[in-house]
Amino acid sequence: MHHTVDIRSLYFTYGDGTQALRGVDLYIAPSEKVALVGPNGSGKSTLLLHLNGILEGDGEIKVCGKPVRADNLGEVRAAVGIVFQDPDDQLFSQSVYDDVAFGPIYMGCSPAEVDRRVEQALTSVGMQAARNRVSHHLSQGEKKRVAIATVLSMDPEILVLDEPSAGLDPRARRELINLLATLPQTMLVASHDMHLVAELTPRMIVIDQGRVVADGSTGELLAKKDLLEAHGLEAPCSELTLAT
Amino acid sequence: MELLEKNSKVCPVHINILDVYHARQSRIHRLDPRAKLLGSLMVILTTMLLPEGAWLPQGILFGLIVLLSFASRLGIFFTVRRSFIAIPFLLAALPLPFLTPGPPLWSLPGLGWVVTSTGLMRFLTILVRTWIAVQASIILSATTPASDLLWGLNAFRFPRLIVAIIGFMLRYLFILADEALRMLRARASRSPRLAGIKRPGLIWQSRVSGAMVGSLFLRSLERSERVHAAMLSRGYDGEMRRLYQPAFRTLDWLLLLGMILILCGIFSLSYWS
Repeated sequence: MHHTVDIRSLYFTYGDGTQALRGVDLYIAPSEKVALVGPNGSGKSTLLLHLNGILEGDGEIKVCGKPVRADNLGEVRAAVGIVFQDPDDQLFSQSVYDDVAFGPIYMGCSPAEVDRRVEQALTSVGMQAARNRVSHHLSQGEKKRVAIATVLSMDPEILVLDEPSAGLDPRARRELINLLATLPQTMLVASHDMHLVAELTPRMIVIDQGRVVADGSTGELLAKKDLLEAHGLEAPCSELTLAT
Repeated sequence: MELLEKNSKVCPVHINILDVYHARQSRIHRLDPRAKLLGSLMVILTTMLLPEGAWLPQGILFGLIVLLSFASRLGIFFTVRRSFIAIPFLLAALPLPFLTPGPPLWSLPGLGWVVTSTGLMRFLTILVRTWIAVQASIILSATTPASDLLWGLNAFRFPRLIVAIIGFMLRYLFILADEALRMLRARASRSPRLAGIKRPGLIWQSRVSGAMVGSLFLRSLERSERVHAAMLSRGYDGEMRRLYQPAFRTLDWLLLLGMILILCGIFSLSYWS
């Protein structure tokens, strides 16, 4: 059990000169569920892409106790499952089965083991009936669930999700929250959906302009209306205030 | 309202141009993709190599295709209905009747262009060859899922990079087409036509269209980078891999053997007559 994420003073600048991360420090303990919130362009997605070495910034990143470096990217990518925001980016194969099998095949699993993992991953997201379907024909909610299955089949220790509830209808969103709540993995969820954050993750990290500006328990941070407003966020209302 | 109607006509919600596979329970569907690929290739080669004007052998080939179409439970005239997709390509052969030297047959009224009998024969032969070749590919793609076809190509040592590119094209052409449709729809909804007001000039409009093509290209480029990131995240190392697939069975060998016999028969018939 060493499913930690440990990031120390991480800086990253894009090719066009945009400074996306300006000294990020954070530590996530094993099996902790953490939300990463912040306005558009605050560096959330950039930070997530560092966790398995897709982007390489200056600073120190350790995942499951291993430094993220070119020579152990393979191990790191098996340990960290990233679910991208747009499921059409994640589902690039000809069928649902091929997509969910992709990761295990690259991990060198035997055909029987690949089959078992695909079956298990699809079952845990409730999509086993769709195994031979074409991704293009799935609904957005189904695509999202399959996208999560493509990562679960690799049996990752850390699950990273970018805007998991974006574009889902209330029922699909509800099912997604229930699903994520049952998964045992250490979880880092970037989201604007404060209801999801309030329900799913006990801890919340606010990031703005490439820096961590607040880090604490979700309940406490959601009570600080000024802090949320200053960083382009909004607390979920406990009682609905209806527009008149 | 009229605008709305027009919009819904030019802009369907979803595009499915590539859904060529038709799932059925048939022997042909269950064949190994390699056997089907080889079989189709042999039919195409045969129709191409038959001498000009070999109508009877070509007719037998057509009969073979109808038979296969029936055996795949697609319906007898499934391939015929779908084959009209190839008509635009025949435009390329249209000048042949006029340009091939030979005994004159008939002259086009008004223009005086002369159709020669050799030219007409060549044109009709090309017409029949294309038609049969297209139908053979239609049966292949209607009875074999795209992923199996790609696997078959890989198994025949077709360059892996090209197979991978075909695979991505099949997957993302839909999405690209949908993206283009959404852009067209967005443009159409902001292009009202008011009485008494002149529409913007053609140059301006074409500049807008050009910008749309450009932005579609940029979007595809960005998507390709995101897809690549998603692949890397799951361990992709530059080589396409796939799971082991079932081996050739007796039925596959029988199909190939039968095809070879029939096609040889058709060949000998064409040279004997």
